[in-house]
Amino acid sequence: MIEEPFARGTTFFHRRDARVKLIPALAITLILALSSSFLVTGTGCILTGVLLTLSRPDPGLLLRRICSVNIFTLFLWFTLPLTYGGTKTLPFFFLDLSLDGIRVATLITLKTNGILFCFLALLATSTVASLGHGLEKLGMPRKLTFLLLFSYRQLFVIHQEYLRLQRAARLRGFIPANSLHTYRTYSHLFGMTLVKSWNRAERVHQAMVLRGFNGTLIPLNQPELRREDYLFLATILLISFLLAAIPFFC
Amino acid sequence: MITLPPLIELRNITYSCPGRTSPLLKEINFSSSKERIGLIGPNGCGKTTLFQIIMGLLTPDKGEVLLQGRIMKDEKDFRLLRRKLGFLFQNSDDQLFSPTVLEDVAFGPLNLGSSPEEAREISVRTLEGLGLKGFEERITHRLSGGEKKLVALATILSMQPDLLLLDEPSNNLDPETRERLIGILKDLDQAHIIISHDLDFLASTCSHLYTIEDQKLIRCKAKQIHSHDHIHPYGDHPHQHGT
Repeated sequence: MIEEPFARGTTFFHRRDARVKLIPALAITLILALSSSFLVTGTGCILTGVLLTLSRPDPGLLLRRICSVNIFTLFLWFTLPLTYGGTKTLPFFFLDLSLDGIRVATLITLKTNGILFCFLALLATSTVASLGHGLEKLGMPRKLTFLLLFSYRQLFVIHQEYLRLQRAARLRGFIPANSLHTYRTYSHLFGMTLVKSWNRAERVHQAMVLRGFNGTLIPLNQPELRREDYLFLATILLISFLLAAIPFFC
Repeated sequence: MITLPPLIELRNITYSCPGRTSPLLKEINFSSSKERIGLIGPNGCGKTTLFQIIMGLLTPDKGEVLLQGRIMKDEKDFRLLRRKLGFLFQNSDDQLFSPTVLEDVAFGPLNLGSSPEEAREISVRTLEGLGLKGFEERITHRLSGGEKKLVALATILSMQPDLLLLDEPSNNLDPETRERLIGILKDLDQAHIIISHDLDFLASTCSHLYTIEDQKLIRCKAKQIHSHDHIHPYGDHPHQHGT
């Protein structure tokens, strides 16, 4: 089952409207992604780290998320210093590490984690449903919002169908091995998952049509933007503006 | 005195499944206004198909569906019909798709044009009426089978239909929930048509019984619905009897 563990909570961040989190998240992401200055990415990483701390996520869960993302940056640390080239090198045992390579790997690590912190603090504190509705209110086409919300919903259904079939196979003594029988069984499993999810989706669609659905999802909670929301938006946008302005002052 | 046309009427409905030569349903005529009807028949005889035709989910080869004397021609007409008729699916999992119970129950009213506040109020009231107070924020896919069935019923009742079509509502319910459902159906103002293989269930909730035999819908006249006490092992579990 796909959970949204970070969206559970009652901090100031969780109570903010999705719209005032989406806009600054986009701003900070753009700044961090496009900047090549250590000062900007480093400060950004610290600032988003502070935001993340304020949203009080579960530490164990947070660590697992950060680790799983940083497995990718670890690959860069293994490869870039050895392959990047350049004139300046750093002797390390019998290897000559490229200083430029280390620079780039650091930069990418800072960017990745800054953006990750920003998303965890701002976006993960809302449910996908409220983010979808928030995006729609910000002017994203209705069809795209619908696609986002329903792809997300359908993931659960497909996952459940797959688990059910897999359980059925296991209960009848199926043990995966490197054999043609295993491959054939898995191809049947995937095929059946697809067919069953399709049928299921059709029935869910019928249920929706029967209840008056005509293409527009109307959210039950339609929160008004409050003063705190505007204040939050202004503060974070100001921070991102300052972040973007750093290279012009230093 | 002018007699009102029946709420729902079927005229000469013939339907064949794609890829089959002989029709599943043949020249079916039926009408109902305020009756409580039970529909029994063997698996695959077309009971659910009949419901799907009434709701406009399937198009018959021949024949017409009428709502209060008006022929339903296209999707727009059926949208009107679906406000008046509520269809409870055999599998509640197909019917519940919102994250929380309240959102799911409010989905219908919102689509029918209620404001979020009204929809919330209607939903809370509907849930309360079914004895589901306090279920509002529960996660739909984590409910038990019986709870899912009752919540699915709530999602339909919140649209305030005039007639309920219930497809095997007592399936897989424990005796207690089954009794609870019988009580609820007896107390509701709405008329209903219930598909079931559970004769005792139908006897407690319906006044007439229909069956589908040889592609035809037949009103059972000869048989009187009745129940009597009897004894056998595990008799306190829901079970079926020969007719």
